[in-house]
Amino acid sequence: MEDVLIDIKNLVVEFDGERVLNGINLQIRDKEFVTFLGPSGCGKTTTLRSIGGFIEPQEGDIFFDGKRINDLPPYKRTVNTVFQRYALFPHLNVYENVAFGLKVKKLPEREVKNRVQEMLEMVGLSGYERRGVSQLSGGQQQRVAIARALVNYPRVLLLDEPLGALDLKLRKEMQTELKRYQQQMEITFIYVTHDQEEALTMSDRVVVMKDGEIQQIGTPQDIYNEPINAFVADFIGESNIIDGIMLHDFLVEFAGVKFECVDKGFGEMQRVDVVVRPEDIKVVPSGEGKLTGVVESVIFKGVHYEIAVDAHGYRWKIHSTLPQEVGSFIGMTVRPEDIQIMHPMQEDQR
Amino acid sequence: MKTKFAAVPYLIWMVVFTIVPLLLIIFFAFTTSEGGFTIANISAVGRYTDVIMKSIWLAAVATAICLLIAYPFAYILSRSPARQQQLSVMLIMLPMWMSFLLRTFAWMTLLEKTGLINRILGLFHIGPFEMINTPGAVVLGMVYNYVPFMILPLHSVMLKIDNSIIEAAQDLGASPLRVFFRVVLPLSFPGVSSGITMVFVPAVSTFIISRMLGGGSNLMIGDLIDMQFLGNAYNPHLGSAISLVLMVIILLCMSIMNQFDDDVDMEGAIL
Repeated sequence: MEDVLIDIKNLVVEFDGERVLNGINLQIRDKEFVTFLGPSGCGKTTTLRSIGGFIEPQEGDIFFDGKRINDLPPYKRTVNTVFQRYALFPHLNVYENVAFGLKVKKLPEREVKNRVQEMLEMVGLSGYERRGVSQLSGGQQQRVAIARALVNYPRVLLLDEPLGALDLKLRKEMQTELKRYQQQMEITFIYVTHDQEEALTMSDRVVVMKDGEIQQIGTPQDIYNEPINAFVADFIGESNIIDGIMLHDFLVEFAGVKFECVDKGFGEMQRVDVVVRPEDIKVVPSGEGKLTGVVESVIFKGVHYEIAVDAHGYRWKIHSTLPQEVGSFIGMTVRPEDIQIMHPMQEDQR
Repeated sequence: MKTKFAAVPYLIWMVVFTIVPLLLIIFFAFTTSEGGFTIANISAVGRYTDVIMKSIWLAAVATAICLLIAYPFAYILSRSPARQQQLSVMLIMLPMWMSFLLRTFAWMTLLEKTGLINRILGLFHIGPFEMINTPGAVVLGMVYNYVPFMILPLHSVMLKIDNSIIEAAQDLGASPLRVFFRVVLPLSFPGVSSGITMVFVPAVSTFIISRMLGGGSNLMIGDLIDMQFLGNAYNPHLGSAISLVLMVIILLCMSIMNQFDDDVDMEGAIL
């Protein structure tokens, strides 16, 4: 990869002797939209703050454009941050907030004015210049925070769960907006979230993290369709995770039934984790499918019904557009390409 | 209705202990001992201009020193771990549990010509220094007694400055010095102004500190007033007039401070 902008090598961060990041290795390309995804406490914000310069790593290096920046204080880095709770300056109005970075850099007044105006226009806040930030709604404050960071034309914009405090509808709107800003300004976005849907919607690449370690790096499609382990499968979307045995290449046994699959290279008679997405299980009349079970519950979810089926000792989750009668027997089939085989978690984690 | 009812005791309190005494002071200030109206008392205050100016000067110096000591201290304190803050605030409050008189008296014994400091210095053949009965001693007493009243409001205002706001300023390219002048200082102005008020007002009207540490040559307004009511000079009419003038001076100072406060608010909210 020649266009690597940020290169993180074996990053270790400890707080009070507790390891928060345990050897992170990651390369971020120029003009890329990368998302750090994981549950709270997984180290995603810590990684972001290390790039921003707010945390000094105990071990490892961060290279920016080929230069080591470990010892560079935040105000000397060419990255800007959109903070979790916006962190707008309460004593300044919208214009002064956005202009802060440019004024600090002592740009001529005219240019400051033009650039602030341009940014406020982009985020749809023209005419709000003289407003106090405390008079703005959450969504507007968010836009000010984004404008305040982007006005500096940073190489990289760091976003720390920026949409967390907004309601669902506004969040969806802002997701599209953010993606638009990123493409319009052609800069790298590094985005932190615990919302898997947000990550899949916006990112070029997703970095899934857990307990201070990277679990998987890949495109949203990769992460969703080919999760590397049960954690990723469970965290990204809903899934049925079942113990299985890889009999040999292209044949796996789970729930006491042999299934053809498309995976190979796991060896023979190996314990594996099998992931089947709820929408990939097809309901067929009882007796026709490979699996047979009793419908335990049916919940209407809008787009689909969520059906829980007790079959072969497992509780299966199925998404289907057709409802089933609770207590009835149904059959289930899965296509070979919808079966995802993974190394079991225990082996991964010693 | 309910809230109105609850306010009654406070209203009575205010009328009995604030408004009535205030009216009495105004009445005394403008009357002679025979009861006739006069402005002679007020114009007599003019004779003490130098005392009044000296009081304002000493109080202002003490306030400035308090601010210089308290500001960095409060800032460092507000950025330190919560437990450390609790302990430090406790330690700041601790001397206030002792009598004000006692604390000031302790300084007398320290500063005296044959006091502890001079005796210790004497062991090294330095001094003795003339420390007590100087304006410096009065300022020292004021700073010592009133610095907590500067630290506490500053600390509580600085606590409210979110760390992420400081980080945001750094993130936008502001060096530590810039962060201080562009973010921390403006956001802590309300604390500065209330701290100044809380130190300057008692300092300008004190009479214990100036009497114990200032001797006879460092009279302050408070001493003047005290003498008119309890001393040999006994002239409550003049005393009331001086009190009234002092009150006007303090009100003026406070309204200047409030003006300052409003400006800061305006910038944040309206402009």
